[in-house]
Amino acid sequence: MNSFTLTQATAADEAVRDLTSHDGAAYLGGGTNLVDLMKYNLERPTHLTSLGLLPLTDITSLPDGGLRLGALATNADTAWHPEVEKRYPLLSQTILAGATPQLRNAATNGGNLNQRTRCYYFYDLATPCNKREPGTGCSALTGPNRVCGVLGTSESCIATQPSDMCVALAALEAVVRVQGPDGERTIKFDDYHRLPGDHPEKDNTLKPGELVTAIDLPEEGYADHFTYLKLRDRSSYAFALVSVAVGLKMNGNTIEKARFALGGVAHKPWRDQEAEKMLEGQTASPDLFRQVAAKVFAEAKGYGEGSLHNSFKIELGKRAIVRALKQSTEMSQVVNPNVFLNSNP
Amino acid sequence: MSLQFIQEPLDKTAPRVVPAQSVTLNVNGQDRTIQIAPWTSLLDALREYLDLTGTKKGCDHGQCGACTVLVDGKRINSCLALATVYQGKKIQTIEGLGTEDNLSPLQQAFVDHDAFQCGYCTPGQICSAQGLINEGRCKTEDEVREHMSGNLCRCGAYTNILSAVMEVLHDGEAVVDNGVLITVPVASTKASSVE
Repeated sequence: MNSFTLTQATAADEAVRDLTSHDGAAYLGGGTNLVDLMKYNLERPTHLTSLGLLPLTDITSLPDGGLRLGALATNADTAWHPEVEKRYPLLSQTILAGATPQLRNAATNGGNLNQRTRCYYFYDLATPCNKREPGTGCSALTGPNRVCGVLGTSESCIATQPSDMCVALAALEAVVRVQGPDGERTIKFDDYHRLPGDHPEKDNTLKPGELVTAIDLPEEGYADHFTYLKLRDRSSYAFALVSVAVGLKMNGNTIEKARFALGGVAHKPWRDQEAEKMLEGQTASPDLFRQVAAKVFAEAKGYGEGSLHNSFKIELGKRAIVRALKQSTEMSQVVNPNVFLNSNP
Repeated sequence: MSLQFIQEPLDKTAPRVVPAQSVTLNVNGQDRTIQIAPWTSLLDALREYLDLTGTKKGCDHGQCGACTVLVDGKRINSCLALATVYQGKKIQTIEGLGTEDNLSPLQQAFVDHDAFQCGYCTPGQICSAQGLINEGRCKTEDEVREHMSGNLCRCGAYTNILSAVMEVLHDGEAVVDNGVLITVPVASTKASSVE
């Protein structure tokens, strides 16, 4: 780790001023990703603006019926907040499907959005990686790439955004509130993370100095019909190979509204609004789900066959969508909020 | 003057030196003031500056759980925590959970159930299990397995760790002690807790 100075800010505007007045500064939330990356010398900030004292830990109801998640609330406190469990069980279960209790107790909501990829080559300082060192090349295109993406990739980068929580936030159509040197603004969740294109070093659309202050959830939480299906190499404490977050509004066997997003397949939580529209107004059926799954992966590109390479994710992803939609439609109306194991309600 | 001679070339080539800061940590109920750098992890502060070597350094990357401590009653990986930002919090390590003469219920259960071999992961396992009990979310063995997944044991003592945690989970009662939740055994509930 390199040496650095550290300031503990007590308010958002103070944090923004402190960060922008230091060259090479970074915000420190729970530290579970940033401190780790600093130990690998992948991040080398010369100054940290610590956010631990900011009053952004509350989870509060909004006048429009939504819920505001403070950026500094921990992942654990968010997953186990009574309003989140009751109204947004999809988000609660999705958070609990990720990391470990220790990490979720320290990791913050804002930090979860900004965690970096777990692509092997991003962490391997001996190999080229356009995300780590722009212009050096992408080792994952031909090397073992089981953890990498198959949708929205570019020849510069096939890394994935690793968060579970963000997959649910995409399906829930959350809005990210940020504060920067030019004041506050909001970013739709679909626009927060970006595809790699020619600039994989940029994970998101934050401008320099901008700080996430809150995540707003709309009123609709799909508490009666939802699923987070996470497929991974171990049943606990592993990143998703493919995951699907689904929220449905049902009227009998008819799907009135459908939202879903995928994790583990792209540089951002993957939504396909045309595929969602294919479901709406239709009677739930396996055939329909298979058509929707085929649509989502119609333009997918795998990067090699066999268990070391990721082409298997295309068929796995299709089957995951079918199963997650089936689980969501077949859910009983009564959801036990204490069900949190492997997200199969 | 010889100092001047040594410092001059260093000033031009060496990275800037960040002075150590005076930091007061509340550990196991005591305020302890130490001089540390901003990059000193809570784990290193405990082991190297406070001589509390019960907390172990395993992977140092938040993957193994050997460094687990409790902060305000909640379990975290101390290897990924920068010590300076933990001022004002109540930090509990394995040394604060019990004494040799008066083991905590979890410590006693780990002994009774033979829940360790080499013992390296044990302080982290016990602190993590205490955090699990404080959270009050787990009842079944499957739930405990899932919620202990942040603690690895390369001896493979998982079966007996699970037994030890289950015993205290069913026999204990959470109480607030010095602002921190802890679990104490409740003899009267022991018979009735059998399901």
